[in-house]
Amino acid sequence: MVERQSPLEPEFHVGSHGNFEHGVEILLTETRPGSIVQVAAWPGEEKKLISAIRTVAGLALPDGAGGGVSDGVKSVFGFAPGKFTVADEAEGLAAAFARVVTPAIGTVTDLSHGRTAIRIAGPKAEWVLAKFFAIDFALPAFPIGAGRSTTHHDIFVQIQRTGADQFDIYVFRSFARSFWKALCHASEEVGYEVQ
Amino acid sequence: MLITCPYCGPRDVIEFTYQGDGNRERPDPASQNFEAWNAYVYDRLNPAGDHNEIWQHSGGCRAHLKVVRNTLTHEISSVVFTRGDHGRGDHGSAARGKAEDKS
Ligand SMILES: [Zn+2]
Repeated sequence: MVERQSPLEPEFHVGSHGNFEHGVEILLTETRPGSIVQVAAWPGEEKKLISAIRTVAGLALPDGAGGGVSDGVKSVFGFAPGKFTVADEAEGLAAAFARVVTPAIGTVTDLSHGRTAIRIAGPKAEWVLAKFFAIDFALPAFPIGAGRSTTHHDIFVQIQRTGADQFDIYVFRSFARSFWKALCHASEEVGYEVQ
Repeated sequence: MLITCPYCGPRDVIEFTYQGDGNRERPDPASQNFEAWNAYVYDRLNPAGDHNEIWQHSGGCRAHLKVVRNTLTHEISSVVFTRGDHGRGDHGSAARGKAEDKS
């Protein structure tokens, strides 16, 4: 397997930063999934696509808009009507979907090289993200596993909550370094650690 | 101003793109009825009150939405998906308050 270069590299500084004398309240990492795939169903074919996700990824989607689930290795969430983002630590997810999602059911788009996944965790994760995104990050409004499509400064992102105080953010790869720098600046006041 | 997307929930207007007046009736592309084309391009009701509009949740789920917005108060009284409801429909008063779920 060829080692994929991170777009964050020049700005990725492992260690503690900012105002961390009283403890680190934010943990920033790049999760580097091997596969990031978007699957979309034609109108009326949503149930077949959801069962294809269960077959290929072994993940059972909960009902409802923006619903999702993560098992720590693979993750899936709805980001639009009949459309889902699926990520896997391993490569090859797009090819696996292409065998199951026939042209009559919908489409498969491989974004493994097009998105960068950044994880923000810690007791101040909601606080820091609220500086960027005008959505409700409180647990009752944004449950674990759920996904959201939103923007900051007109740049599109997808966010999945993968823990009570943990979020995975999928950003355009070409924009990832800029977003990463902004995320670091926003985390300075509470103290953050890059791992 | 908040628009409650049927998929995403309440979101700031900054996430949405206005796609134009929802009262327009587009003639058949082959039509040579110039009055109909003129009406489609230029005629607007411009009401002081409830107005039928098309918006896209461009900074979210990217769905196209039929919205009823009050031009005096910015109150949004109805938001439904355009999908599955082609043409002009009764986007305005008759559709008001009905939580049509076209997902
Ligand atoms: Zn939406």
